[in-house]
Amino acid sequence: MIKPRVRLPSTASKGEVIEIKTLISHPMETGYRRDAQGHMIPHHIIHTFTCTYNGEQVFRADWHPAVAANPYLAFYTVATESGRLRFEWIDDTGTVYATEADITVV
Amino acid sequence: MPWHLVALSAVLVVTYAALCLLDAGASAQYSVEGRRSGYTYLSPENQRLQDDDFANPGLLWVEQGRELWRQTDGTSHASCATCHGEAEESMRGVRTRYPRVDSQRGKLINLEQQINRCREVHLQAPAYPYESAALLALTTFVSWQSRGLPMAVHSDGPAAPFFAAGKHFFHQRRGQLDLACAHCHDQHAGQRLRGEVISQGQTNGFPIYRHLWQTLGSTHRMFAWCNTAVRAEPYPYGDDVYVNLELFLAWRGRGLPVETPAIRR
Repeated sequence: MIKPRVRLPSTASKGEVIEIKTLISHPMETGYRRDAQGHMIPHHIIHTFTCTYNGEQVFRADWHPAVAANPYLAFYTVATESGRLRFEWIDDTGTVYATEADITVV
Repeated sequence: MPWHLVALSAVLVVTYAALCLLDAGASAQYSVEGRRSGYTYLSPENQRLQDDDFANPGLLWVEQGRELWRQTDGTSHASCATCHGEAEESMRGVRTRYPRVDSQRGKLINLEQQINRCREVHLQAPAYPYESAALLALTTFVSWQSRGLPMAVHSDGPAAPFFAAGKHFFHQRRGQLDLACAHCHDQHAGQRLRGEVISQGQTNGFPIYRHLWQTLGSTHRMFAWCNTAVRAEPYPYGDDVYVNLELFLAWRGRGLPVETPAIRR
């Protein structure tokens, strides 16, 4: 399985607004398409993305079928303290794709 | 003119010449003697997407390939790295030379087939199916090491018959639309086909991330797609006919930089 990619600054000053970029490989199949044999391709999308910062949720997104395959998402948060950010993508088969990144706040 | 003014104007002329060269270098990189990479047909947004090593979705495959490179497999319990070490050094420039003639078997092989041959012979592991995620990832990772280097395949010597076959295929009419590759990509490149601008059909960016597919695809997937578009029966992936065509196209785009993983529409 292809791992998600996350990019954020490794260090930031306290109170700084940091940009976090994420990219994950996923078909984001709408459920409206048919394959070459005419059979429906089952609905298969990531419906929830969350980012927690030392356990506290700082960003969340609900995704719907119109989101393209291999979704790219960039968002901002405030660097409050050193610690770990956890990113989770949950798709409708219940699979959780997760990755973590550390940040040092000086 | 006092000597220091002469020196100053000389410096200025040299600086100006250097700037001109730099400017020409920047724009000429994707275009060599009239051969234009698909990059030059992209919108500025897509060019930026290709150039951004984070946002470019093809990098997902590069990362997966990097893991596969070190992963032991098969009965030999070896990995690519066991023989080849660091890909950054050993694989640099490899993509520019493929397809090449395998002298042992007297056959033209492309990079995908070379990877699978390595797996079967040295790792003693089963070959990856063509167009599988693993084979695409390894091909992309290996090609990535040659990024920016000019394409330079051998079209003469033992490769000559394969090259001739590929060239013949390129100029042969096919399908219900009765079109050869050359009709669109040689004679009408740069003109419009409905909403699209027809490119020269260069292969220096493969495997490419194609928006239409919403995923990464190999040259052979593109050939099959093109064949279907002129309503011809496509050949199976990995077929000799397509490998020959790949050689001809690599020569046709000689000097263009490897852009893997390129973004295309």
